[in-house]
Amino acid sequence: MNTRPTTQELQTKAKEIRRHIIRMLAKAGSGHPGGSLSATDLLVALYYGKLRHDPKNPKWTERDRFVLSKGHGCPALYAILAEMGYFPISELDTLRQFGSRLQGHPDMKRTPGIEISSGSLGHGLSAGAGMAMAARIDGLDYRVYVMLGDGEVEEGQVWEAAMAAGHYKLDNLCAILDNNGLQIDGPIHDVMSPLPLLEKWDAFGWHVIHIDGHNMAQILEAYDRAEAIKGKPTIIIAKTVKGKGVSFMENQVDWHGKAPTPEQAEKALAELV
Amino acid sequence: MTVTTPKQQQQPVKKEATRDAYGQALLELGETNKNIVVLDADLAKSTTTLKFGKKFPERFFDMGVAEANMMNTAAGLATCGKIPFVSTFCIFATGRAWEQVRSTICYSGLNVKIAATHGGVAVGADGSSHQSIEDFALMSSIPTMTVIEPCDSIETRKAIKAVVDHQGPVYIRLGRSPSPVITEESTPFEIGKANVLREGKDVTIAACGIMVPNALKAAEDLSARGIEATVINLHTIKPLDRKTLVTYARRTGAVVTAEQHVLEGGLSSAVALALAREYPVPMEAVGIDNRFGQSGDPELLFKEYHLTPDDILQAALRAYGRK
Repeated sequence: MNTRPTTQELQTKAKEIRRHIIRMLAKAGSGHPGGSLSATDLLVALYYGKLRHDPKNPKWTERDRFVLSKGHGCPALYAILAEMGYFPISELDTLRQFGSRLQGHPDMKRTPGIEISSGSLGHGLSAGAGMAMAARIDGLDYRVYVMLGDGEVEEGQVWEAAMAAGHYKLDNLCAILDNNGLQIDGPIHDVMSPLPLLEKWDAFGWHVIHIDGHNMAQILEAYDRAEAIKGKPTIIIAKTVKGKGVSFMENQVDWHGKAPTPEQAEKALAELV
Repeated sequence: MTVTTPKQQQQPVKKEATRDAYGQALLELGETNKNIVVLDADLAKSTTTLKFGKKFPERFFDMGVAEANMMNTAAGLATCGKIPFVSTFCIFATGRAWEQVRSTICYSGLNVKIAATHGGVAVGADGSSHQSIEDFALMSSIPTMTVIEPCDSIETRKAIKAVVDHQGPVYIRLGRSPSPVITEESTPFEIGKANVLREGKDVTIAACGIMVPNALKAAEDLSARGIEATVINLHTIKPLDRKTLVTYARRTGAVVTAEQHVLEGGLSSAVALALAREYPVPMEAVGIDNRFGQSGDPELLFKEYHLTPDDILQAALRAYGRK
């Protein structure tokens, strides 16, 4: 990025992305609003304020990589990619439809800007570590960002990847944990507690940063601090609100994987102005 | 299709493990192709990737005992233009990490090469936990996957080279124990193209891996009984060379498959499907019939699980008798 947008500008952009998410899911009739809305601010700050990338050249060798390991949050990512010009904004209306490039979960072969297919939880951090290792082999300075869900970190493979990234001291790797506290069956600490998170990641050799995942200034600062940390990977544990921005979806576990009806969508859009 | 003449089965037959040929091939290919990277899961001595690791430490990663992570790390490397070879024992590569192979590597169409050793009951003493007899089924069932089992060490070296040149995910099964070397340096190898090692008019034996030498022995014994067998080395289980298979099914009117794998989902299933669709003939299958392996000397295990040349011969007689 030549000039970083102001936090105000990022907030405005995030609202626009949230409106896309609501419209897309209502049109599709299915999908995951809760985790898309909780991740929106983190993703907007990353794409508009940090990531080195070129929408006109999605395969640019030296680009930073972003992996959405919690693939069900893809409506947020698709909306951002469309807004940035990876594909036409009108295509957002095709989400989850037959023949669409915008599959229910990210598909790198169909969608420009998607670095690796995901959707099965627990896979993405390993893949991101592989990209970070490739950068090291090639002597390139690109960075790799991987977004994880906090229910997702119940997967054993996440900790295999955490161990490996710590072992190989992948300081060009930054994990972003969307810590919204809810998974499909309920609060994470009730279903299968992955807590305490800080101590676990620290024990695996990671630098840990805690932030409010809806505070643009904190998010940007965390991305910058992560880049400055050498000799170990960094995880940003971002406290977020599932369903953020839509009052009747916030902190409601039932909005994990349910699309709004047209009436609900209208109500949600009225809140996102 | 290629018709070649195998080496005469004179004693003593030279034996070499296909895993050793793999390690050597990697070493040679790594010299010229700088995109090759190798990952192993704490079995680098056994899989023989350690040779590569010592020569090219910057392109070798021991990922510890964590196969799922290793598989997707390879996927990430492949997105950046690397050609990762992922090695561990067959059962851990294909069983433990199946969904990683399916959902991230194959679905993404990534250029990851899974070269796993210790296929089949020929592993011997380690017993069932380390004997992979379901790996063809696991890997063949994944759309777009290529599945290969070379028949000897010479073919393994060619196969590894072909796998590097091939764009897309590949599973290649290698063996632990020394096995007969039956092909020549001049024997061609092309992924998806069967090699006809012997031509006979009465019955066709289609085999892969170290069952190919057993098939050749069975063909010799059949010949002594006045039955002439064609022997096809179906080194590529998927995509199957249906053209060659059907050509010889037509010529001989009976087919026997031989594999070190359960009868479900491996070579016999693939051959049966092709024949049923294109040219049904009496068919018999030599393989492991709904049982797990166990500890023991490979030779004893081959007898116990009915994988010997004599088992192939008996199957050939049955198929021939049904014509």
